[in-house]
Amino acid sequence: MRAILAIAWRSAWNRRGTLALVGLSVALSTFLLLGVERLRSDVRENFSQSVSGTDLIVGARTGPMQLLLYAVFRVGGATNNVRIDSLEAIAKHRAVAWMVPLSLGDSHRGFPVLATTPAYFERFRYGDRQPLALAQGRPFSGDLAGVYEAVLGAEVADRLRYRLGDQLTLSHGGGGMPGADHADKPFRVVGILQRTGTPVDRTLHISLQAMEAIHLDWVAGVPLPGKKISADEALQADLKPRQVTAALVGLKNRAAVFAVQRAVADFEGEPLMAVLPGVALDELWDVVGTGERALLAMSAMVAVVSLAGLIAVVLAGLNERRRELAVLRAVGAAPRHVLFMLAAEGAMVTLLGVALGVAAVAAAVVALAPWLQSSYGVTLTLSAPSPAQWGLLAAVLAAGFVASLVPGWRAYRLSLADGLSPRS
Amino acid sequence: MIELHALRYRWPGAAHDCLAIDALRVDAGRTLFLHGPSGGGKSTLLGLLAGVLLPREGKVSLLGTPWASLSGARRDAFRADHVGYIFQQFNLLPYLSVLDNVLLPCRFSRLRRQRAMAAAGSPLAAAAALLQRVGLNQGLWARAASQLSVGQQQRVAAARALIGQPELVIADEPTSALDSALRDSFMALLLQQCRDAGSTLVFVSHDERLAELFDCSVSLPQINQAAQEATA
Repeated sequence: MRAILAIAWRSAWNRRGTLALVGLSVALSTFLLLGVERLRSDVRENFSQSVSGTDLIVGARTGPMQLLLYAVFRVGGATNNVRIDSLEAIAKHRAVAWMVPLSLGDSHRGFPVLATTPAYFERFRYGDRQPLALAQGRPFSGDLAGVYEAVLGAEVADRLRYRLGDQLTLSHGGGGMPGADHADKPFRVVGILQRTGTPVDRTLHISLQAMEAIHLDWVAGVPLPGKKISADEALQADLKPRQVTAALVGLKNRAAVFAVQRAVADFEGEPLMAVLPGVALDELWDVVGTGERALLAMSAMVAVVSLAGLIAVVLAGLNERRRELAVLRAVGAAPRHVLFMLAAEGAMVTLLGVALGVAAVAAAVVALAPWLQSSYGVTLTLSAPSPAQWGLLAAVLAAGFVASLVPGWRAYRLSLADGLSPRS
Repeated sequence: MIELHALRYRWPGAAHDCLAIDALRVDAGRTLFLHGPSGGGKSTLLGLLAGVLLPREGKVSLLGTPWASLSGARRDAFRADHVGYIFQQFNLLPYLSVLDNVLLPCRFSRLRRQRAMAAAGSPLAAAAALLQRVGLNQGLWARAASQLSVGQQQRVAAARALIGQPELVIADEPTSALDSALRDSFMALLLQQCRDAGSTLVFVSHDERLAELFDCSVSLPQINQAAQEATA
């Protein structure tokens, strides 16, 4: 068998041009398959880590996913607000360690505005319990001096080219409505956050008092006619918020999470709910993950096509190799040797193709990770293949080997039928 | 050495036998010239003698062993041990060197490897000696087989058929691609080497002028009753 392997190698080397193309197509499909799987798992990883360290998200009673969507992903809106005194009552629960209120609704040039307390920058965690870090500047201050201060997510700053000290004005709601600007109360950029790969990057952060201040002369979503309160006058007003959109809650002891969740649900002042972010994220992923699975299925089909190409190329070359097979038969090779030779060749080409594909994925991760991070907020990490990825690789290898048995079998039949005199 | 008895053969799917030979016998060490027109079943007969094809009826034996009594794998091993084969042309694997081509039978047959070692000390030495005897100088040995001229390739094929002294050497029109000068020198060389090795030679050609060089000569159309029936 070693003799046959050596001959198979020399024979394959002799046809290296064609086989290299086949190997390349195997490499390409490995690249696609592995790349999509890697992207899928890393996107999922990113997604599921968009909030961590928060035990519960509290909001007005709605669907858990809806609450998650607007509280974490700033997508959609709350149907109802939560009264601040309700939250204060819940914060008194003995299991609750901290609570950060969130108020949403305004935007700036398409980016959502989040009003919160300075505690947000200490309490909010993402990824593997990483805290938010400032790339430049400082958080807004919680007192009156900090009312017109804004802290930008990394992407907001990048896209809109804001620097510390720049002025910006917020739009009411999603923006786009003429006259629905808070142009009279401009904000100053005091801090820019480091990139996190989470929705935080796309968010402008202001204080809860600021949210109150810019809406003093507004009622039910429209400016009060004839009533103008200037930015300075607003500071004289009572800026204590009466209601917010949601709150992040951290517990002293995670074991109490269901007790607190029940306490929130049973709260008598108004209908509230609390969701476990991890659970809701998983549910949400089940919804949005379908597309990714379709992509994976697509690349699996690409792999099948490239293996079909492998079969086709080797089969097509077989007729020209009938003479070679006859010579081998004449010097004593058995048909099973011929089968083995072809199968070894296919396995070799597939193995090299898969190896090349893996290398290409690694190279692509290294090359594209910064761009993906900055354009899509997806963090790709160069790491050893996961069990699922090993599974994919093994599947491609096995399929390649099985595929190469097809021409091998054909060669076996040919060498049995031709004997020593190839007829073509 | 070779015994052929009441042989009937037809290609799969064919309506008529293409070979029907009652008896043919070649003794060890003899040289047999087999001639007949193209398409007369010469290559088929060689396939039967080499045990690549099995007769529909009758018996073909080599060294007293009927081919049909062996399993497929045993037939392949038996052929590797005892038969050297020379084709009309394209005998060599183009991607192997001349020397590696000659050594091929030793890779598939332990018996021939042992005999080559007994004869020359090592298969490599045996191959070198044979190449020298068929007149290929050492400068060509490391070359890829595809770089040789047709005449040189046939000499390499002869060396390969002879390495490890197989009992039977079968040559299927090995001179048809050679011009007359090359043909004569190749014939002389092949016959001499077979005699030296004590190998039986079955040589097929449509060129009857070569017949005088052999111990005996057989016309395939004359012994093949299938052909006679077809023409009658």
